[in-house]
Amino acid sequence: MAALELEGVVKDYAGVRAIHGIDLKVEDGDFCVFVGPSGCGKSTLLRMIAGLEDITGGELRIDRVRVNEQRASERGLAMVFQTYALYPHMTVWENLAFGLENIRTPKAEIKERVTRAARMLQIEEFLGRRPKQLSGGQRQRVAIGRAVVREPRVFLFDEPLSNLDAELRVAMRREISALHRRLGNTMIYVTHDQVEAMTMADRIVVLKAGRVEQYGTPLHLYNEPANQFVAGFIGSPRMNFIDAVVDGTDAGKVTVRDAAGQAYEVSVDGSGISPGQEVTVGIRPEHLEVGGDKGHPVSVQSIEQLGGQSFLYCETPDGTQLTAHFVGQTSMRRGDKAHATFRRSFMHLFRKSDGKALKRLEIGEAAI
Amino acid sequence: MATVLNFLTRRRGRHGFDLTDWLSWAYLVFGTVLMFGPVLWVVLSSFKTDAALAQYPPTLLPFAAKTVAVEGYDKPLELYRITGGEYQGRHLAEIRRIGLVAQMVDPAEPDKRLKVNIKDRQPEQALAFAVSNYTELFSRFNFARYLWNSVFITVVATVITVLFNSMAAFALAKYKFRGRTAVFLLIIATLMIPPTINLVPIFLVVSKLGMVNSPWGVIWPAVATPTGVFLLRQYMLTIPDDLLDAARMDHASEWRVYWRIVMPLSAPAIAVLTIFSVMWRWNDFLWPLIVLTRSEQFTLQLALNSFQGELQTNWSHLLAMTVLTLLPITFVFAFLQKYITTGIAQSGVK
Repeated sequence: MAALELEGVVKDYAGVRAIHGIDLKVEDGDFCVFVGPSGCGKSTLLRMIAGLEDITGGELRIDRVRVNEQRASERGLAMVFQTYALYPHMTVWENLAFGLENIRTPKAEIKERVTRAARMLQIEEFLGRRPKQLSGGQRQRVAIGRAVVREPRVFLFDEPLSNLDAELRVAMRREISALHRRLGNTMIYVTHDQVEAMTMADRIVVLKAGRVEQYGTPLHLYNEPANQFVAGFIGSPRMNFIDAVVDGTDAGKVTVRDAAGQAYEVSVDGSGISPGQEVTVGIRPEHLEVGGDKGHPVSVQSIEQLGGQSFLYCETPDGTQLTAHFVGQTSMRRGDKAHATFRRSFMHLFRKSDGKALKRLEIGEAAI
Repeated sequence: MATVLNFLTRRRGRHGFDLTDWLSWAYLVFGTVLMFGPVLWVVLSSFKTDAALAQYPPTLLPFAAKTVAVEGYDKPLELYRITGGEYQGRHLAEIRRIGLVAQMVDPAEPDKRLKVNIKDRQPEQALAFAVSNYTELFSRFNFARYLWNSVFITVVATVITVLFNSMAAFALAKYKFRGRTAVFLLIIATLMIPPTINLVPIFLVVSKLGMVNSPWGVIWPAVATPTGVFLLRQYMLTIPDDLLDAARMDHASEWRVYWRIVMPLSAPAIAVLTIFSVMWRWNDFLWPLIVLTRSEQFTLQLALNSFQGELQTNWSHLLAMTVLTLLPITFVFAFLQKYITTGIAQSGVK
């Protein structure tokens, strides 16, 4: 049980800065997910917290105690690796007991803790086997079990599900969430999969190129992305973006016009922009309505019908790609001409210059 | 058994032998004879008496002259078959030889002395293993002492070699430090220096440290082998870093990471180095010859050498000792070689 604080944490590799001054506070008992594209530094940051990488600058505190200088073995954390990293020459039992033996836990207690963890993770019948005799899912459980028996202050997960097949991934996702609820420990989980982040996290940290883009609850990130990167990264399929120029700003709304001359009204705070400035309009696929005879003309490029939901891939006359998602089935076909409706309370507006989002005044999602 | 037979009689031709069958059999038989012929000859010769060894033409099997005890003579006499002349067809024992004539006696009539031309007789021979060649090694020579010296040097040097080389390899393979490549290249570069060049400087060091005429004088200069470091380092590079990190997260000290994770997983490479080290130390001749001058410190190889004198060579004992010297290395190789092939680290990492 521990709270984790990062203050101005920096990492340099041979003079090249990989992590640029990260400030972060993970509350005790939180499930915090680091998400970002590959190479964004999320794994590096996790390894720095674990103590497997040196911290070049800044301060890392666990329970308000500076731990920069402590070695991995002294920080009281446990980590689940992407490759599982089970000791191949040891049985499952020995794998689970190794960490406890290292801190000279009494034999009886080792036995009790290993048995308890094995029962919880349903790996009791494999205790005598070697890792190579286990399937991917079983290895994953053993790897988690190895962390659980240690009763660590903080659990660290480094993309633990990326080696599993899709079905198993969904099942393990729920198991890890259940484990968090049961143990109540602070957990930090690294993934590049925003679905994992959205479904499991109490709070998400979106990272890009060694910087925190945004930190908040999943729905906060979804509803009020701080910038165009977060807006595009969170949500699947990704948000539609249309380049536009500011036409005018009124109280409570901003009017913009795209390259084809179509006008959009967005309900954001326009105090930071002026007419003539380049912006990007964003709208999520599920908020784009295609059909009817009013709105912006589009042509349907392709359709994916999943039965319960459908995806329409459309193109505007000036070549901008738009994706629309709706529940149910559609009678539309490829090549059909249709109209897309943009509702201003569902729309986002980003400054072209720095990608920053303008504050939304009405949030359509919250109303649904 | 059936599978062995099946394997041995395998052939390409469906009906009878194909040309390639003949060729491969001929090649393999030739190779076997070439490899095992000399060894077999040494083993068989080690059971020959000195007389049989000196015999011309040489025989493959150890034959010894048949002897017979004749009344009136202290020692048993050698038995001959007479092939020509007066006594043709009889079996006589030789008393002594004078020039071209041998004085002989019929064991049935011990009183009569017979003269036989040496051209007219053939020695009677029988297959006889001179086990005394071996037993005398223990009774007349201090074989047990030499064996102990060799075993001590081989075992201790191998243990230290494996320990030191694996630690160096672990550091070079798994730690990132300034000058790591330079250190590694330096170690590899020593491979290019012929050992004879080091001989004198190393002897000076050993001598200053007072290790002349001590097994440690043979052991210490030999334990740091660039080959061993290279071999183990290359193998340890294949052990995933995640395993080491996982062990560190599991509160393992660096020593425990090395001892409990890296060493067991390097077992195949360690087996190879063990075989090498045992062979090197066991067969080592030049360096012990320089360092060990007192015969009670001799290793087997030095003892073997001492059998070969300036004026005469004690072939029967030399051969017997050679065979005994070959045995341990053969067993070590036969026992450990399976680890080289089967011991590939099982992967717990996907």
